[in-house]
Amino acid sequence: MGEFGGLACVTRLIKFTHKYGAPKRFYLLAGKLVPWFAALTALLMVTGLYLGLYWAPPDYQQGDAYRIMFVHVPNAWMSMMAYMAMAIFAASGYIWNVRLADMLAKATAPLGASFTLTALVTGSLWGKPMWGAWWVWDARLTSELILFFLYVGYMALQASIDDPRRAAHASAILAIVGVVNIPIIHYSVYWWHTLHQPASLTLTNQPKIYATMLIPLIVMSMAFMFFYLTMLCVRVRSEILLREQHTDWVRKLIRTRR
Amino acid sequence: MTFSQFLAMGGFGFYVWSAYAFAGVMVLINVVQPLIHGRKVWQTLRRDLDRAGEDE
Repeated sequence: MGEFGGLACVTRLIKFTHKYGAPKRFYLLAGKLVPWFAALTALLMVTGLYLGLYWAPPDYQQGDAYRIMFVHVPNAWMSMMAYMAMAIFAASGYIWNVRLADMLAKATAPLGASFTLTALVTGSLWGKPMWGAWWVWDARLTSELILFFLYVGYMALQASIDDPRRAAHASAILAIVGVVNIPIIHYSVYWWHTLHQPASLTLTNQPKIYATMLIPLIVMSMAFMFFYLTMLCVRVRSEILLREQHTDWVRKLIRTRR
Repeated sequence: MTFSQFLAMGGFGFYVWSAYAFAGVMVLINVVQPLIHGRKVWQTLRRDLDRAGEDE
């Protein structure tokens, strides 16, 4: 244990938060991270597309239609992960009054909403040839649609309150309450009868798909995860500038970069 | 495998390419929109700062 013991870990986390929790520090850090994250995203995207569309063999039951999985599943995963990130940021902002956390939550919402919309549309385009229907009102699809409305509601609430602190507080409550939907989405395929297939990949069990399908899936998932991180950094930088516009460091920054 | 076979996707071409195209458009929107917004923020702040400078 030693250095990485429980208490030491917490101390390190607090030190780290203090160092980068300041909007100015984070603005500079995010600026340095963006090109690296963007390059990694592009590399993973291109590799994933090649592997998923060309390298992986057709499925013995679904033919080539299953290739939709390589965009559908990463977006569905990210729709839920982004929601959890948004709720955790929003809660930290609410509880500890961390301004940066409020900004990160606000910047996550539009990204999460577009992951959700992409998951819904690609799922629909996969459902039509496989199930014979664009849409069915079953538990998995309906709960994912509710997730989309939660994101939209969160953004609408943010936009309707002018004072950024009050906007952050009100929308944080919505984000936290909405977390109840995440386990419902995840377990919906086990709790209710549904057309939707259960997860192909879990942390505890052996993967239910071949390596030739698993590798492109993992590469595409990493691609969308880094895409989220890239655009989160870009979005939060604008948000920091806007909210800190009356501070000396932002004024100086804007004056020096003509 | 020929290129037309690749495009056909075993008869599922329409569904597969529509799904990838939609995902691609969403990625593109998510890249372009924040960049435009970022430029606007920067321009607005600069204009405000210039105005404040004139008043002094």
